Amino acid sequence: MKLRISIAAAAVAAVTGALAPAGAAFAQAKEQFFPVLSYRTGAYAPNGVPFANGYVDYLKLINARDGGINGVKATWEECETGYATDRGVECYERLKGKGPTGATVVHTLSTGITFALTDKSFTDKIPIITAGYGRADSVDGQVFKWNFPLGGTYWGAADMLVQHIGKKEGGLDKLKGKKIALVYHDSPYGKEPIALLQERAKMHGYDLSLLPVTHPGVEQKATWLQIRQNRPDYVFLWGWGVMNSTAIKEAVAVGYPRDKMYGVWWAGAEPDVRPAGDGAKGYNALTFMAPAGIGKVHQDVIKFVHDKGQGTGPKNEVGEVLYNRGLVAAMMSVEGVKRAQTKYGKKPLKGEEVQWGLENLALDQKALAAIGFAGFADPISTSCVDHEGGSSARIHTWDGSKWVVGPDRYTADQQIIKPMIKASAAKYAQEKKIAVRDCAKELASSK
Amino acid sequence: MFYRENGQFKSSYREDQQILGIRQDRWFIFGLIAFAFLVVPFVASDYMFRAILIPFLIVSLAAIGLNLLVGYCGQISLGHAAFMAIGAYAAYNLVVRFPQLNFLLVLVLAGLIAAGVGILFGLPSLQIKGLYLGVATLAAQFFIDWVFARVKWFTNYSPSGSVSTAPIELFGYKFDSPVERYVLVLAVVIVFALMAKNLVRGHIGRSWMAMRDMDVAAEVIGIRPMYAKLSAFAVSAFYAGVAGALWGFVHLGSWEPAAFSINFSLNLLFMIIIGGMGSILGSFIGAAFIVLLPITLNQVLPPLGALVGMNFGTAMASHLEFMIFGALIIFFLIVEPLGIARLWAIGKEKLRLWPFPH
Repeated sequence: MKLRISIAAAAVAAVTGALAPAGAAFAQAKEQFFPVLSYRTGAYAPNGVPFANGYVDYLKLINARDGGINGVKATWEECETGYATDRGVECYERLKGKGPTGATVVHTLSTGITFALTDKSFTDKIPIITAGYGRADSVDGQVFKWNFPLGGTYWGAADMLVQHIGKKEGGLDKLKGKKIALVYHDSPYGKEPIALLQERAKMHGYDLSLLPVTHPGVEQKATWLQIRQNRPDYVFLWGWGVMNSTAIKEAVAVGYPRDKMYGVWWAGAEPDVRPAGDGAKGYNALTFMAPAGIGKVHQDVIKFVHDKGQGTGPKNEVGEVLYNRGLVAAMMSVEGVKRAQTKYGKKPLKGEEVQWGLENLALDQKALAAIGFAGFADPISTSCVDHEGGSSARIHTWDGSKWVVGPDRYTADQQIIKPMIKASAAKYAQEKKIAVRDCAKELASSK
Repeated sequence: MFYRENGQFKSSYREDQQILGIRQDRWFIFGLIAFAFLVVPFVASDYMFRAILIPFLIVSLAAIGLNLLVGYCGQISLGHAAFMAIGAYAAYNLVVRFPQLNFLLVLVLAGLIAAGVGILFGLPSLQIKGLYLGVATLAAQFFIDWVFARVKWFTNYSPSGSVSTAPIELFGYKFDSPVERYVLVLAVVIVFALMAKNLVRGHIGRSWMAMRDMDVAAEVIGIRPMYAKLSAFAVSAFYAGVAGALWGFVHLGSWEPAAFSINFSLNLLFMIIIGGMGSILGSFIGAAFIVLLPITLNQVLPPLGALVGMNFGTAMASHLEFMIFGALIIFFLIVEPLGIARLWAIGKEKLRLWPFPH
């Protein structure tokens, strides 16, 4: 209850600040409009709120510290989707035409909304960033011109988790005969990793059992009784919102060891483990880009935004896992615009122009350090064929009060994933009758 | 004063039996249809089409389908979104497996497949009534949800269980832009609404209503319950199936089984209860109420709040939206239990006498 009140308070405080600049959007011309599809209500709010706070805080920081993106002021408007696909589409339609050049780039923050908007992207020409979620096959920029699953996909995530437990067991060959259970949100989001886990199961001979949990995921008793019966060696958790904390609590109830549980990066933040109290100790999850913590960019956010009374959420949540992910997501949008500005000039850009920027991102460690993200984001380097730009992550473990990041860094095995992406993307192109781009030709003609 | 039928004499049975007996009504409806076809496509924005008009029209069609079953035949169904899902997935599979099929034909076939399943799940209605039947149709909802989530063949082995549709083509013409899609949906909905209206005025509709009002009496006067009930289920599921196919292909473009969840079923039921049971017009009004009101509230509330000096964010607007929406539902149910369509009818009666009530 207390959590809920604080969330509600945070939300109210948050958006009162956020709406003010949006209202004045039409007055000036030198503005870049960012639609913010967020969910601050419903079963996914515990996770949606910190992400949205981080995203909006970064845009505020860009305006307050740098005076905009090279002089172009960032504006935004939030729209509540409640994680529902139909409302998400409605929000997108509502926001896509705002600002002098229309929506710059959209973060859907829901796999269902991603699927729906991907269809529209081909006519609307607005890039969709799905940092660490969305369709795995959208890595293939030749088919999915407008999708950018920057920094990783669920296939990559599943691959890294298998690599990690293989390492723990002393080699991937030792996985033979082991039992792995995937407890997943019964939606496109939760189903995405299955294809890869099955592929890997064929290679290593582990036994994969699939345990779907229906939306919103507060009822998992039957699932965990099955786990108690089967005693899998490892449990992968592919949940979101209240489903994650419920799963951990159920694991405690049936006595399944938490250190054998591995969450995807959307099942590894503070709101997921805190409700389970001490029971969550030892639970593991993947990190995505930024672990929890305070870096240079956070200090700036506190100095330029929160200390001025402009903070979107509570100040003590700055630096939490999902907050940081919101920051990183906003950073990707802004860097995409910056990159595009090098080609099209320092003026408000259209979605179509930002697409070029996102496709030619080259953020190495040095560049990341320069914008304050040293240690809080991984290098991204995209191209026409590769819209992911690199995929690596570490495992972090909840020690009862904070996330402790493990030493090993895993990189998704492209040898396994690439052919799957190619096949899946080709099937999509065929079903939707999309003309596949010829990247080599485009590159040659732009020179 | 303006709305009265003085001087409009009917000289043939044909005239006596037409749907809109009063000239002013006829003008109004023809005017409305002309407006929807000739004016709206040129003035409405993309947002209006994609987020409001298209979903409203498709959901209206589904509500008409449910109204035929619940409002006219008195058989309750809590699983109507499942029949929409059947239509959507049937259309998807038809298009994937027989890409040369005409989209209109696909629509009709999808409707027919849904009708078949509708008959199957209508069978319990021959034995049980009322709430018990409601529970039996609930089984349809869960079973069909389960089938589409688990049986991979239906989703063409898509890794995430989500399907995407091909662009709509009719006679070599691509329906790409929101305007074209709107016109397509509008045409389909008008044709089907007209069919429904005629169906309920005719022999079949009368047998449905007889079943609804008193099934024993209906049987005594020679109406076969099996034929009446199952035909209602079939026609109703057909409408739902066509609406489902449109929802998937025209509105969503790609969807997962959750798009046709129990919530959708309940929403459809609310629509006909609020709009008016046993009224085609009520289906439209109810759909408008359920589809448009939340979105309108969501957009109107923040500026309204700002007017009175209250500045609240998206979360608060969303909470308020739920509260006001719920309150309005209760308000309308208390003020007019027969639905908003009844208010409309009363209004027309009053208008006929106005300004001299006696």
